[in-house]
Amino acid sequence: MATDALEAVDLVKTYPAGRKKPRLRALDGLTFSVPEGVVLGLLGPNGAGKSTTVKILTTLSRADSGTARVVGYDVNRSQEQVRRSIGYVPQKSSSDPLATGVENLVLSGRIYGLSRSLAVRRASELLERFELTAVGDRPVKTYSGGMQRKLDVALGLVHRPRVLFLDEPTTGLDPEARAELWNEVGRLSGDEGLTVLLTTHYLEEADWLADQLAIVDHGKVVAEGTPEALKAELRGDSVHVELVSPDTDGLVHRLLSDLPGVGEIVVEGNVLRARVDHGATAVPAVLGALEDKAVPVTAVTVSRPSLDDVYLRYTGRSFRSVEGEAA
Amino acid sequence: MTHTTLITGRWLRAQYRQPALIAFTLVQPAIWLLLFGQLFRGVVNIPGFGDSSYIAFLTPGIVMMTALMNSGWSGTTFIADMERGVMDRMLASPVSRGGLMAGQLISNATTTVIQTILVFAIGFAAGARYDGGAGGYAITVFAAMLVGTAFGSLSNAVALLTRQDEALIGIFQFVSLPLTFMSSIMIDPRVAPHWVNVAARFNPVDWAALAARQALSAAPDWSSVARHGLYLVAFTLIVGWLSTRAFRTYQRSI
Ligand SMILES: Nc1ncnc2c1ncn2[C@@H]1O[C@H](COP(=O)(O)OP(=O)(O)OP(=O)(O)O)[C@@H](O)[C@H]1O
Ligand SMILES: [Mg+2]
Repeated sequence: MATDALEAVDLVKTYPAGRKKPRLRALDGLTFSVPEGVVLGLLGPNGAGKSTTVKILTTLSRADSGTARVVGYDVNRSQEQVRRSIGYVPQKSSSDPLATGVENLVLSGRIYGLSRSLAVRRASELLERFELTAVGDRPVKTYSGGMQRKLDVALGLVHRPRVLFLDEPTTGLDPEARAELWNEVGRLSGDEGLTVLLTTHYLEEADWLADQLAIVDHGKVVAEGTPEALKAELRGDSVHVELVSPDTDGLVHRLLSDLPGVGEIVVEGNVLRARVDHGATAVPAVLGALEDKAVPVTAVTVSRPSLDDVYLRYTGRSFRSVEGEAA
Repeated sequence: MTHTTLITGRWLRAQYRQPALIAFTLVQPAIWLLLFGQLFRGVVNIPGFGDSSYIAFLTPGIVMMTALMNSGWSGTTFIADMERGVMDRMLASPVSRGGLMAGQLISNATTTVIQTILVFAIGFAAGARYDGGAGGYAITVFAAMLVGTAFGSLSNAVALLTRQDEALIGIFQFVSLPLTFMSSIMIDPRVAPHWVNVAARFNPVDWAALAARQALSAAPDWSSVARHGLYLVAFTLIVGWLSTRAFRTYQRSI
């Protein structure tokens, strides 16, 4: 049994929330562990505490209470060792815009103790791998957003860390670049035994890339497991109904609650989601009940559980609605 | 030490990629020198200078003032790093905090040297002459570097604490004005109001101006140069150390 590369126990972190207000609990007893060589996806709505968790594990920030270890080193007591073992790709772009790609990579390599020639070699290797060789000698401020993001990830890898923290690495990447990055991260964890902690807003990304998922909400892990296990935990099918007008008086919610075999009803605007034992039998019943009270419907879909449903189940919010707020 | 060298390299590269900025920051001291040189010509008569012109009196002060004014901008580089994830990435790396601070300040200090030389060139063109020789110039440059470093580190600290360009510049303007005027930069202490002289005694920029002016004069009072120089070195070390601690405060707030 491999030892855990990452271990967080009961992390609590509060921030001042303004005068005379109680402090905001960004992390509220967050606990998880990641074995070596595993990609863990932290999934959660805006403000769930994903970045805060990453900042504490990278020694950038300090938890109010709780303990965290990175490759066996305590993040408070052995900061130096932790810092040498990790690569950190912050949520915000972390390259120096005035320097070139090569200069960024070489400086970073040298900070971790690589000799100049080694750092230069490593830089060109990484530029090659992320298809940035052609722009390596241009100042980063002339890069596109996607190119900058790829350079950020490369910066996190220069010194061959044992653990890589990726805070929303693919935000702003086009689908092709995203797929490339997924391949690269998958390869690194597979071939080189790199442990990865990834926070993401993309369910496909979590599904595709993460060996393990932890869904975080209000500073706690509310569900964890492999993507498959999480999906399998949900019984039955999900039903998705689009109404012509929003359910302002809660009528639709009440109607469905009365039906047998229908649960976890969530109405957001004019979209209704519910979990049913059998899609095929539930749909006529649902439509019948709505029709009885003359509630017009635009569309109905039935689907097998997806990560979106898992997310909905544990955070009480649909993933897409969260995305909508963020946009 | 290696880290300091590396970080210095980063900032030097960035600075000298925009040489126009250095020229730009000279506009202000040039105006001060030429304007005040004209305005007060002959009004103040300062003994101790071979050619006791006001412009000769003024130039070392303007050197210090230039170093002070430019040091205020120092923190904006930290803010740019914080607005991106550069600062966070650095702080999660093994880089030493001292190196992060010192590297940026050393790079700034090279600009101070260039500016000092250019301010002297303007002063010279306007008629300032000194009897002090090479030693006097060297001490002036050194004092200007200390002023730039001390106040640059304070600017960096304020940047780490406020994380806002507006706040940083606001605070700096608030502070730099009294530092400039409660000193002997423009007015000879013998004609200044008493309270200005009292305030100037606690003003690091004035220490630098006094030391430089003495060192440049025909018969320097070396004990005064040494005393003020020592104050200035001590001040720089103390604020440098305090400012480096601001990284912790920053990390506690994120
Ligand atoms: N420096 C800070 N000062 C005050 N509050 C903060 C700070 N950083 C985070 N918070 C608060 O802590 C909570 C968790 O923030 P965090 O950045 O960890 O969320 P997140 O899960 O990464 O969200 P997102 O998906 O938007 O990146 C939020 O409510 C946020 O407002
Ligand atoms: Mg975040």
